[in-house]
Amino acid sequence: MPSNPITTEERTLPVTESKEHITSPSLKGNASELRDLEAGLDNLQSDTSRKRGIEWNRVLLPVAALVVLILAWQFYVSLGFKRRDLVPGPLDVLTQFVTMWGEGKVQEAVWTSLQRGVIGFLISVVIATPVGLILAQVAPLRRAFGPLISGLQVLPSVAWVPAAIIWFGLSEGTVYFVVFMGAIPSIINGLISGVDQIPPQYRSVGTVLGANRLQMALQIVLPAALPGYIGGLKQGWAFSWRSLMAAEIIAVGGTIGFGLGSLLDQGRLLSDMTIVMSAILLILFVGILIELLVFGPIEKRLLQRRGLLAGSSR
Amino acid sequence: MPVVLENLGKRFGDGAPVLDDVNATIAQGEFVALLGASGCGKSTLLNIMAGLEPPTSGALEVPSDGAAFMFQDAALFPWLTARGNIELALQLADKSSTKASRRERATELLELVHLGGAGDKRPHELSGGMRQRVALARSLAQDRQLLLMDEPFAALDAITRDLLHDELERIWKETGRTIVFVTHNVREAVRLGQRVLLLSSRPGRVVAEWDVTEEHRTDAGRAGELTGTITRRLREEIRRHAK
Repeated sequence: MPSNPITTEERTLPVTESKEHITSPSLKGNASELRDLEAGLDNLQSDTSRKRGIEWNRVLLPVAALVVLILAWQFYVSLGFKRRDLVPGPLDVLTQFVTMWGEGKVQEAVWTSLQRGVIGFLISVVIATPVGLILAQVAPLRRAFGPLISGLQVLPSVAWVPAAIIWFGLSEGTVYFVVFMGAIPSIINGLISGVDQIPPQYRSVGTVLGANRLQMALQIVLPAALPGYIGGLKQGWAFSWRSLMAAEIIAVGGTIGFGLGSLLDQGRLLSDMTIVMSAILLILFVGILIELLVFGPIEKRLLQRRGLLAGSSR
Repeated sequence: MPVVLENLGKRFGDGAPVLDDVNATIAQGEFVALLGASGCGKSTLLNIMAGLEPPTSGALEVPSDGAAFMFQDAALFPWLTARGNIELALQLADKSSTKASRRERATELLELVHLGGAGDKRPHELSGGMRQRVALARSLAQDRQLLLMDEPFAALDAITRDLLHDELERIWKETGRTIVFVTHNVREAVRLGQRVLLLSSRPGRVVAEWDVTEEHRTDAGRAGELTGTITRRLREEIRRHAK
């Protein structure tokens, strides 16, 4: 290796040219001036977070949209194209709803379904999270089981209802089995795709910092994949709720309690559209409520803390 | 313990070698600037020294506890605060440390990089310069003798970069680390390094080296002269690839 490459030839070049390349050997100024300079830059360049009050248009706009839809519904009914018992108006459905509320039927159905949905979903999370993490981290396992898991997510979980009835009879077991088959694959898939989107540099940093396999999975990969994982959980909840309704509609009787799906089926048997509409709206509202009260805030907080919310339309 | 690179070579697949016959010895406590044009394999060499990639030929000797690494972008974890990022590094470096001791050490390190008041901020709330200082504190938290830096100030504005040069020099003197600092900026190399190594491009090889003496640090004219010399040599190296 050449130890003294400054040749005489290079030294003979005109001095004026090299004057253009003056370096700053060190910053001029005393230590406290430099600290002030640094502190000034820090204050100028870092974010000052602003606190906002309640945004009323977040509440008013959805409510207004709902009112418009109900008015349109009422208007359509009042035109009288269809028989009233086939297409009841908002007021008919409301009357039926109040009657069922008085009988305690609504509370029972919502409580039964919600309880099952939540318990089934939570058990699915407990099963799917470690499985998803292992599949995402261990390449051969993922190659082996990945397509199967994706396939299971596409398979409508209603398809499991006949099998479940044969295996578990008309019991809670049937309902939970169908919920699991709906929720678990989609949570696993969400977690895997979350892991796939982790910037590769995070793993390099983990390696450099000396993380072992378990620490890498729990302290770096899992938190890094959290946005995708939450997305998977959201979808997992949607799948559990849908599967639950399907199971409740098909499997009625036995030791299976009275849920929203059962209410829907009862409305069909009685040919009472007001019951059917009430049940559909209840199922819809429970879904909206969970999104607004559980997933919405979690997701928003997560994105906000990572600085990913700026400029989004949320 | 010195760092020794012997006939180090690296190629990816069947392609042309990225590094070929790299030889260098870096003494303990030395600050070496590794200079080269973009795409000359500087980062690859650093990754090999950090143990992130294996070399395809040759041998290298690095401290057995490995090296601390600072990346070009801060690469802080966005789900942790500045303090949390440092505490995680402390935790991974020493599994037996207590929470209280980590907290105390993180506070010290934040003070060291003049960020005592920003510990609870998240990375996206910090400026680029502040993020790099947190990253520097994190790499110091690893408590390794060897610190590898991959163009850590390349994306910063001039004033911030000058400040960080000052700060890095101060921290180097305070902690006595061995630092290998990769850059494509000649001024930066002369400003920081005790020694500047020039890496050629395709294949990368150490083709020249200069000592930066105390005289260069105090005399702007001398420093400018050295910068000019190195710049010409670097341009020559790049022009070789014009044909």
